[in-house]
Amino acid sequence: MAKPKLAVWKFASCDGCQLSILDLEDELLALAETVEIAYFLEASSKTVAGPYDLSLVEGSITTPHDAERIQDVRRQSHKLVTIGACATAGGIQALRNFADVKEFTKAVYARPDYIKTLETSTPIEDHVTVDFNLRGCPVDKKQLLEVVSAMTFGRKPMIAADSVCGECKARGSVCVAVAEGTPCLGPVTHAGCGAICPAYGRGCYGCFGPSDAANMPATARLLQAQGLSEDEIVRILRTFNAYAPAFREESEKHDAPNDQC
Amino acid sequence: MLSADQVKPGAQAVLSRADFDHLITVLQAEGYDVIGPTVDNGAVVYQEIDNAGALPEGVASRQAAGRYRLEKRADNALFGYIAGAQSWRPYLFQPSRTVWRAEKSGDELSFTEPEEPAPKMAFLGMRACELAAIELQDRVFMNGDAPDPDYAARRSGALFIAVNCGEAGETCFCVSMDTGPKVTRGHDLVLTELIAPDAHDFLVEIETEAGAEIARKLPLRAAEPQEVGRADAILAETAQSMGRALDTNGLKEILQDNQDAPQWGDVAERCLSCANCTLVCPTCFCNTTEDVTALDGESAERRQRWASCFNLDFSYLHGGPVRPSVEARYRQWMTHKLAHWIDQFGDSGCVGCGRCISWCPASIDITEEAAALRRHAEEADNGEN
Ligand code: SF4
Ligand code: SF4
Ligand code: SF4
Ligand code: SF4
Ligand code: SF4
Repeated sequence: MAKPKLAVWKFASCDGCQLSILDLEDELLALAETVEIAYFLEASSKTVAGPYDLSLVEGSITTPHDAERIQDVRRQSHKLVTIGACATAGGIQALRNFADVKEFTKAVYARPDYIKTLETSTPIEDHVTVDFNLRGCPVDKKQLLEVVSAMTFGRKPMIAADSVCGECKARGSVCVAVAEGTPCLGPVTHAGCGAICPAYGRGCYGCFGPSDAANMPATARLLQAQGLSEDEIVRILRTFNAYAPAFREESEKHDAPNDQC
Repeated sequence: MLSADQVKPGAQAVLSRADFDHLITVLQAEGYDVIGPTVDNGAVVYQEIDNAGALPEGVASRQAAGRYRLEKRADNALFGYIAGAQSWRPYLFQPSRTVWRAEKSGDELSFTEPEEPAPKMAFLGMRACELAAIELQDRVFMNGDAPDPDYAARRSGALFIAVNCGEAGETCFCVSMDTGPKVTRGHDLVLTELIAPDAHDFLVEIETEAGAEIARKLPLRAAEPQEVGRADAILAETAQSMGRALDTNGLKEILQDNQDAPQWGDVAERCLSCANCTLVCPTCFCNTTEDVTALDGESAERRQRWASCFNLDFSYLHGGPVRPSVEARYRQWMTHKLAHWIDQFGDSGCVGCGRCISWCPASIDITEEAAALRRHAEEADNGEN
């Protein structure tokens, strides 16, 4: 049987999630033995033409050109999996969605008229059908292997969609919210990282995006009780997953109209 | 010193604070991993300890709904904190483990169970509520239709050295649940810490032969009647100072008959559905199994890990979760704990340790929610009459 063909695509992103693939080290050999890495520019300029059995897509859609390119990627891919906060939620660059992108380009570029960009940074799923969204900023490499393995064998990936608190307790960490009053987004953040931040005495800042059952209004009240101002609530919700619906809707409730110039 | 034949189940003796290190050394010499209380990241947690210096000497823990802080005590008590942040549960019912592995070679499939021998553990500093919780988990994991061999192996080798609580916490309600504060069963040895201006001792009460074997190797002296009297007085005082109370009278029926009460919607507005309450509860036993294949397709593994009725996927049946709302999930937790457990296992699933109150980030208090539901039920009853 021919090895399944794997392609890795980059859209607007920092490359961190692609680096997670290279970072697999030992498992990378096993991966290369199981699948044919047919298209992965970050690793090799040698490419094999499509179609591909599995495409991993990093990055969000921010330009008209990319909006067309993702259609082409979809057409060439039997299965398409997005990897990382940019591809699954629009990434940190989705902060533009809450502001006027023309103002940004004017401020940054000498010739803003050369810049062809969209008003928004949007997740891949807003443009094409996605078979699985793998969250994280960056993705967790064990989860990445699990998804590739599941897709290769045509089974459901074993990726829990509940919150970081479960991993925090399984790891035996002391809850920083309760023991220190530290604001923590763990209760509403999608599991996957293994609750790294609380294990180092920090609150979770939500880099895996919202969990499947995030009670955002209750979380905002809790953050208020922990002393966060309205501005600070907006800021804690608007990072890598600012445009994920649960975080976006809640941050909009706390964003005073006079802040939206 | 007491002679060896005086140290037997049922006997009482005294170990001085100065000799406390011996207890840990003797346990280690008998091949036990000693798991005991120690301070870690602002809380008292149960971890493997090497010597008595690791114990939380002079540490108090202050608790409220959604709040936990350590303070300094006025004395040097070793067990002056309230029950630890997490119970002993992770040591018997592991957060995750491999159940079996399958290997493929050619057309043959072979299955193997992991063969790590269970550690031989001595738990030092167990509270009455925690022993009661283990008795409940035993019913689930050892006495049911499908015993869990990993739990059973860990459990049967473990030695339980309990401590009577010298004071009650702000979120404790073992008196309401009839599980404490006095250690009455399930232990091998029980200590009561006796602190006077000029003395610091432990009254040691021997319950089992396994406990006596350890006690025989300790420099014990006979207990004076007034020391036994002081231990009783301490326990009576602790029982009087419970921070919380739960009225269990008719509670099972109230919960089971009021599944549509507005209180469930009220708590659902505050509850984050984060599962912390179930994960710190010493009696919660829910777990899930997952099968994963290796990348090369030559091996697979079945894994078990903690789960909670607060997880959306927990009630997933074909087509979607049966309990899609926070309201339904909170109701499941509380009704299971305080009502359905009684039908299922013969006792309440709550031992009154207060952890679900202290460690709920949203400060939700099971005793207050139960009282609110009771008020609703009583008002509904009055309305009918
Ligand atoms: S520290 Fe954060 S992630 Fe961990 S249990 Fe507490 S709230 Fe949840
Ligand atoms: S911010 Fe949260 S999700 Fe991200 S690494 Fe930290 S704990 Fe994990
Ligand atoms: S009651 Fe508290 S600890 Fe339990 S799920 Fe709700 S918010 Fe989390
Ligand atoms: S329900 Fe709460 S108080 Fe009762 S045993 Fe569980 S954690 Fe302790
Ligand atoms: S309360 Fe929930 S997690 Fe705990 S034993 Fe019952 S169903 Fe399981």
